[in-house]
Amino acid sequence: MAALPAAIELDGLTRRYGERVALEDVTLTVAPATTLVVFGPNGAGKSTLLRVLATLLRPHAGAVRVLGRSLPDDGWAVRGRIGFLTHEPLLYRDLSGRENLRFHARLHGVAFARVEELLERVGLRLRADDRVSTYSRGMVQRLAVCRAVLHDPDVLLLDEPRANLDPAAADLVEPLIGAASGRTRVVTSHDPAGGLVEADLALGLRGGRTELLAPADRVQSHEIWALYR
Amino acid sequence: MSAPATEPASTAPDAAPPEPRYVPLRTAVRALLRKELALELRAPQAVPAMALFSVTTLVVFHFALQRGVVDGDLASGVLWVTLLFAAMLGISRLFVADHEEGGLDGFLLAPTDRTALLVAKAVGLFAFLVALEVVAVPAFALLLLGPSPSFGAYAQLAVLLLLADAGIALVGTLVGAIAVQTRTRDLIVPLMALPLLIPVVIAAARGTSPLVLQGGSQGLEVRWLFVLGLYDLVFGLLAYALFDYLIED
Repeated sequence: MAALPAAIELDGLTRRYGERVALEDVTLTVAPATTLVVFGPNGAGKSTLLRVLATLLRPHAGAVRVLGRSLPDDGWAVRGRIGFLTHEPLLYRDLSGRENLRFHARLHGVAFARVEELLERVGLRLRADDRVSTYSRGMVQRLAVCRAVLHDPDVLLLDEPRANLDPAAADLVEPLIGAASGRTRVVTSHDPAGGLVEADLALGLRGGRTELLAPADRVQSHEIWALYR
Repeated sequence: MSAPATEPASTAPDAAPPEPRYVPLRTAVRALLRKELALELRAPQAVPAMALFSVTTLVVFHFALQRGVVDGDLASGVLWVTLLFAAMLGISRLFVADHEEGGLDGFLLAPTDRTALLVAKAVGLFAFLVALEVVAVPAFALLLLGPSPSFGAYAQLAVLLLLADAGIALVGTLVGAIAVQTRTRDLIVPLMALPLLIPVVIAAARGTSPLVLQGGSQGLEVRWLFVLGLYDLVFGLLAYALFDYLIED
């Protein structure tokens, strides 16, 4: 039987901001429908890695392939198949929740019925016509989750996705962005125990360099903690 | 309570890469324009700022020039200087909501041509400039012109205004996209835009001058329309070629 193509392949990925190296020589492969959890202290390069995979940043060296397409050249071909949830919700504060989702639905060619379905699923239907500026942080995060999965992406890039969510809200979004969603996921986390539970593959970054890369079931929590010391 | 449904597993583990998704340019432009309009109606910023600035400036000119009425070159210059500086306010604000609230990244993640943003922003700014002129031109006529010019003169002025607005909108969109990435946005916009817009001011002011003569307006010289049209064409092509590089990493 032929080997399944990788969903994400990095080979020597390097990215700089001016003189500062944000990612250096990162090499890994993520199989389809599996989860890579990225650990590391602030400034380790986690968010940069997600932005490169999201086609928002260009790699400065190395090869990056997402869903079999080479970035940045074929970025256009994977953009509609990537869902990106970052610290910024990418929502307009002066528009309502429904208006924001409809705006992104139009940009992704998605029917409005999907907007209503998602609003219902994350418990925001009754507040959908209120301006986002009146939402709590948890509500904004739930709406941002809706935006990220609106177009049914194959790959989810999640930067601390459960930040600002209470346990009930986290349960609401779990079917959309959790492992059971069946999508290939790259998740950043500062929670070694929780992160390892949902990971198939664990990546530890420090100073943009790979300090740890192993199947999650072979990684101990203390190895993750060591990244932060 | 039943367990929540999970999303369908959309990654089929087959050998071929999934087909690209693509949203046509026209659809994306419509979505962006609708959003621009909704934001401006919901939390008006650009148009009221530009309109108030223009009326205030015309009032200041009214007193500073120490004469009841102006005409010809002076009137034309006053009108275009006022409109141009008012336009700077709109250009400065053009990308602010997108930059500060992550809307630009949201757009860049969409499977559509980046030119859609150029078109939507330029059309949006063009509409804001027309709205500005709906306020500023009557105020100009009321405060500084003598006997009101004829309907024909206003019609010719409207053509000049529309052609000049197209040029200002194109240059403004380019400059706005650059300036919003800097900390000194309000300084960068006039420093970059005003020199680039000098040809527009020259052509528009020369074209307007015979329309606002006290003794009755003379006809508009068609060459100024050609100059403005050519400027619009050149900067339209330039904007099309450069815009992707300005908004991408």
